[in-house]
Parts: sequence; structure tokens; C-alpha cells
Amino acid sequence: MSALIILLCISLFVAGGFLIAFVWSVRQGQYDDDYTPSIRILFDDNEK
Amino acid sequence: MEPISKTTSTVDMEEFQYDNTIVRNFAIASIVFGIVGMLVGVLIAFQLAFPALNLDIPYTTFGRLRPLHTNAVIFAFVGNGFFMGLYYSAPRVLRTPMYSKLLSNINFWGWQLIIVAAAITLPLGLTTGKEYAELEWPIDIAIAVVWVAALLNLVMTMLNRRVQHIYAAVWFYLASFVTVAMLHVVNSVELPISLTKSYSWYAGVQDALVQWWYGHNAVAFFLTTPYLGLMYYFLPKAANRPIYSYRLSIVHFWSLIFLYIWAGPHHLLYTSLPDWAQSLGTVFSVMLIAPSWGGMINGLFTLRGAWDKVREDVVLKFMVVGVTAYGMATFEGPMLSLKNVNAIAHYTDWIVAHVHVGALGWNGFMTFAIMYWLFPRLYGRPLFSQKLANFHFWIGTLGIIFYAVPMYWAGWTQSSMWKEFTEEGFLKYPNFLETVTQLVPFYILRGIGGTLFLVGFLVGTYNLAMTALSGKLIANETARAASLKSIWNPPANEFWHSRIFERKPVFFTLISLVAVIIGGVIELVPTFMVESNVPSIESVKPYTALELQGRDIYVREGCYTCHSQMVRPFRSETERYGEYSKAGEFVYDHPFQWGSKRTGPDLHRVGAKYPDSWHYNHMEDPTSMSPGSIMPKYPWLLENELDLSTTPSKINAMRTLGVPYEDGFEDQAVAQAQQQAEGIVASLKKDGIKAKADKEIIALIAYLQRLGTDIKKQ
Repeated sequence: MSALIILLCISLFVAGGFLIAFVWSVRQGQYDDDYTPSIRILFDDNEK
Repeated sequence: MEPISKTTSTVDMEEFQYDNTIVRNFAIASIVFGIVGMLVGVLIAFQLAFPALNLDIPYTTFGRLRPLHTNAVIFAFVGNGFFMGLYYSAPRVLRTPMYSKLLSNINFWGWQLIIVAAAITLPLGLTTGKEYAELEWPIDIAIAVVWVAALLNLVMTMLNRRVQHIYAAVWFYLASFVTVAMLHVVNSVELPISLTKSYSWYAGVQDALVQWWYGHNAVAFFLTTPYLGLMYYFLPKAANRPIYSYRLSIVHFWSLIFLYIWAGPHHLLYTSLPDWAQSLGTVFSVMLIAPSWGGMINGLFTLRGAWDKVREDVVLKFMVVGVTAYGMATFEGPMLSLKNVNAIAHYTDWIVAHVHVGALGWNGFMTFAIMYWLFPRLYGRPLFSQKLANFHFWIGTLGIIFYAVPMYWAGWTQSSMWKEFTEEGFLKYPNFLETVTQLVPFYILRGIGGTLFLVGFLVGTYNLAMTALSGKLIANETARAASLKSIWNPPANEFWHSRIFERKPVFFTLISLVAVIIGGVIELVPTFMVESNVPSIESVKPYTALELQGRDIYVREGCYTCHSQMVRPFRSETERYGEYSKAGEFVYDHPFQWGSKRTGPDLHRVGAKYPDSWHYNHMEDPTSMSPGSIMPKYPWLLENELDLSTTPSKINAMRTLGVPYEDGFEDQAVAQAQQQAEGIVASLKKDGIKAKADKEIIALIAYLQRLGTDIKKQ
């Protein structure tokens, strides 16, 4: 059972870390524009 | 570079050139090695139906060619295919040439040399005996060097980019580089005793866990994430449509790389691996279906409203089947990770079918799609023949079906036969061979499926070659983009190090490393540190010198490609093989040899089961002892002289790795080995076999007779 308790603690810690990282990334504006990048690669910038 | 005056905007435009030569080179390498790898695949497929194709010489037996096949298709065909797509797409989405042509060329020539080294050493029997990581230590080091050179090239290119945002495809590339580097280095820690022989640093249960942590994630980060990156570039380009959901690509990227790394233990369900690690592997494998299907959905939904194009465009046809195969394989994977399903499928041809849906469908078809899309652009002319490309598509698809269906059928059939009991409570098929000969027709069908796929590949090669020959390589493609300065306004107080972090790639590399490290650490560290995970067994002793030599022959011949050494705790297995395998029995096994496939029976309890003469005759000609056996003959083991001169260095190496040989044992080891060999010769003589004590077969018999016997002395 001790393994289970350790794993529970670790998983809560990791999940919390990911939640913080996610909130941080949203606040930083990383999701503000999730459309342009997908369009931009369709345009070639070579001279032809 | 000078600003170009003819632009109308106020930003300064810079002119630069994309290098297409490196893309073409990787394409050729992928094709050449792909054909070789698949040809070997077809050969070993038919060897299972017609053992005479092993040719009775060492270099062409199944055990040595199977690693050659897997290494060639994974690292040479898919590896070069990935580099081909990477060197085309990364500069274009980053709007800058690759950072260094020298590093690109080191990547190319280094990788090809590694492949050639693999093609020479594996048939020679130079192997570490760890699946998908068979190459010996000098090649391992070369792989690490070349890999890091490629990683550096990509990171520097990202730092030089002319766009602010890094497109998701490059995220997948970078995470692949980072994770494979980590996996390769940790799994390849080995102690060399000569230029061509080394021992895995880990033993038994730990070695198995590290190996499958590596092995599963070789699938994840060599066959999956690089190709997802390619999909994110080439599928939208080919359809001329943006990816269905860019947001989904971000979310599924992080969840995929985080979850994948935990899944390794699902290769070790019902083995001696601690139960908690098996459960973790299962749970994360089931969760994996979400991000995996995120990728599939993103690919397929990109084509919504464009399905009319799929009818016309052979590139999209290949991609649709490729992405669908990815979806099927990643649905099947979590199912196979459930313990009750795994109990049926593990060790059977079901797994072989599963991986080939992924390899032929996802990796194969995506590679072909990209090549058909690329070659007209590299050579500035349309594809030589649409008709031939369509032929390739259809025969390839048929090939996959002809491959997969018989193998699913074979896997189910064999597993059912292994587990079937009579009403009286005895095994219905106590003779393992019965369950093998039943499969021979399926093996023939599978070989035909593989041949169809290969024929398609050859036709495709002709088509691509004709396209190339009738055009001229556009070696350098000129492009223009706004300079970095015009889109990037660093704060006045910026320092160089903050710049490196701000520009993301280095920071990104670090956090993706963190994401993939968590799972590995949580699974590996307790297995190594907590003693109760591998309970020791008093009566389990180190191998004798002769047995150690015999074990190296077992590893050399690749016996693990067909024989497991892991009796699972099922009644059908304990009835057939004997007591189930315990973790403590493998503590001196550097490397572990549990295997992953039972084309032949499990060998963990084979020790003392048959007389020495049985093994002698069986190795000379398996059909003499087991009529109808599909095992190759090993006549050279009867001829080859056993090299005992390496014994002291092997004993010393084992002691360094923690095997408790007494001090000074290395000096008596050779004499002791000769004494044990004489004993075996005497027992062979009783059965009317005249053998000499200094032959390899004697050492192998010593090892086989020792297998799994220590526990009986308790």
C-alpha cells in the first residue's frame, strides 16, 4: 500500500504542476492566436 | 544580406536558400535501405515456413537476420525518411536555411555509416541481445554523436528563424530528438570487454524494465512523434488546407509525450516485473488513446470538405490510409495493454500483426506519400506516372491486409491452442510443435503480403527514379522572408542568455525533457532502489564460466527472437513449462533474455529437461528430435572451437557489474570450464555421441541445462 500512497502524492504533485503550467501558458497568451500558424505554412516564400 | 528594394512593404526582406540536396540524399537512402530491410523481412517471413531458407550457415539464420530486418526498417528506412521530411519542412516553416551544412552532412553520412556498420555486424552475430538496441557499444556511441549533431543543427536553426511562432511540426521533431537521445543513452549503458562485445549494465528485472522503457518509446519517439511532425507539415501542404485544429495539435503534443514514456511496462505484463509497475504501464497505455487519436482526428479532419481531392490525388490516398493505420494501431495498443487481452496476445503473432499495421501503414505509407509529393517539387516536373503511383497504393494496401489478417489469425489460433485443456485437465496440445505447424500456412500468406508490399515499393522506386531522371534537381531554392529584426523587438536590457530562452527552442527542449523524464524516473528509480521489488533467492548462484560462454553464444545467435525465458503464472504455462519465473532468478542476467515472442517454446525451465545428447542432436538438426520443427539448423556450433581465452575478462566484467564471483575465480575459470565440458562430453559419449570438449555446442548445452534449475535446489 505504501507504493500507492507515494504514487498518489507524486501524481497530485505532477498534475498540479501541469495545471500551473497550463494556466501560465494561457495567461501568457500562447493560445491567443491558434489559427494563423496553421495558415502561414501553406504559403511558400520562394520566388516562383 | 542586403535588403531588397523592390519590395513594397517597409520591412527589410532577406534572401536565402533552402538546400534540397540533403533532402534528396536522405530520400535515396530511405529508399535503398527500405528495400533491403523489407527484402530481409520477406526472407525471414518465408524462413518460418521453409526452414531450408536459413541456408544452414550462421550469417543467414533467422536469429541474426531478424534484428537486421528490424534495425533496417526502423532506423534506416523510417529514420532516413524522417530526416528527409525534416530537412525539407523545418527550414521552410522556420523561414531560414538549416543552421549548418556541415552538421547536415555529418547527420547524413554518419547515419549511413551506422547503418552499414549494423548491416555488417548483425549477421556476424555481434549483438548486445537487447531487442531494437542490438548494436554493439562503438556503434551506440556513434549513434549518440550523430543524433546530437542533428539535434544541435535543429536547435540552432530554430534560434535563427524568421518567424516568431514555431509551428507544431517542429515541436514534434524536437521532442523526438530529445527523448530518443535520453532513451538511447540510458538503455545503452554497457560494460565493454572488447571492441565487439559488451554486457548490459543492468540485470534481469531492471534490464527488462529499462529495455522496454526504451523499446516502447523507440516506437513512440522514433516511429510516431517524428512522423506526426511530418504529418503536420505535409498533410496540410498536400491538401492545401490548414490543419483541422491547431489548438488540438498543441494539447495532444504535450499529453502524448508525457503519457507515452510511462507505457513501457505493458510489454512485461504477467512477467516478474513488480506488479505496481505493470499497473502503471497499463493505466498510462489506456490513457494514451486520447492523445493518439487526437493526432489521427487532426489529420483526417483536415481533409473534411476535401474528400474529392482524395479521390484524385495519390499523395492524399497514401496519407489517409497511413493516418487510419495509425489510428487503428493506437486503438489496438491500449487494448493489448489490458492484462486480460495481453494474456492472450503476448508472445504470439498478434503482436507482429499489430506492429506491422503501424510500420507498413503509418510509417510506410506516410513515407511514400511524402516522397510522391516531394520529388516533383525537388525536380521541378510532374510525377512520372500517376497510374503507377495508384498501382503502388493499391498493391501496398493489399499487402498490408495480406500481412495483417493471417498474423491476427495465427496469433489467436496459437494462443488458444496453448491454453486449451482437455476435460480431464491435461493440456490439449502438450507438444508445443503442434501449435507451430498449425501456423505454417499463415506464415506463407504473410510472406505473400510482405512481397506485395515490397513489389509496390519497387514500382514506386521506379516511378520516383523516372521522375528524377527526366527532371533536374533544384539543388538550392531561393526564398525571401522578412528579417528577424523587423518582426522581433527585443527589450533593450536583454542579455544573451535570456535571448536563448526567450526564443524558445532551448527552453522548449528543457521542458519537453522534463515532460518525458517524469514517467521514466517514477518507474525506474523504485525498481532499482527498493530491494523488495526483486526478492533475492538464496539458491540462485552465478553462472559457471562455461555456462557464461554458452550464454554469450545464445545471445549471439539471437535465440531470444523466437524463445522467451519467462514462464507466466498461468496454469496453462506452469503445466507446460514448470514453475513460473521469479524476479530473483534473473539477478545475474546481463543482459536479460526474456524475449517477446514464442515462435518456439519458452526456455526458462528447459534446464535438465532433456539429456545433453538431445540438445546436441537438436542443434545439429532440430527435425531429428522434433519432426516438422521450423527451427534453423546450427551445425557450425558442432564445428566452431570455443574461445575460452575471453573467460577471465568476462568474469571480471561480471564482477564489476555486481555478480559475486569469488576473488581469484578468473584464474581458475578456464580450468573449471574445461572440467565441466569434459563432464558433458562424457554424458554425450554414454548416448553414443563422440564430441570434443572444446566446441561451442558444449558451452551452449551447459547454459541450456542450467536454465531455471537453481530454484529447484531450495
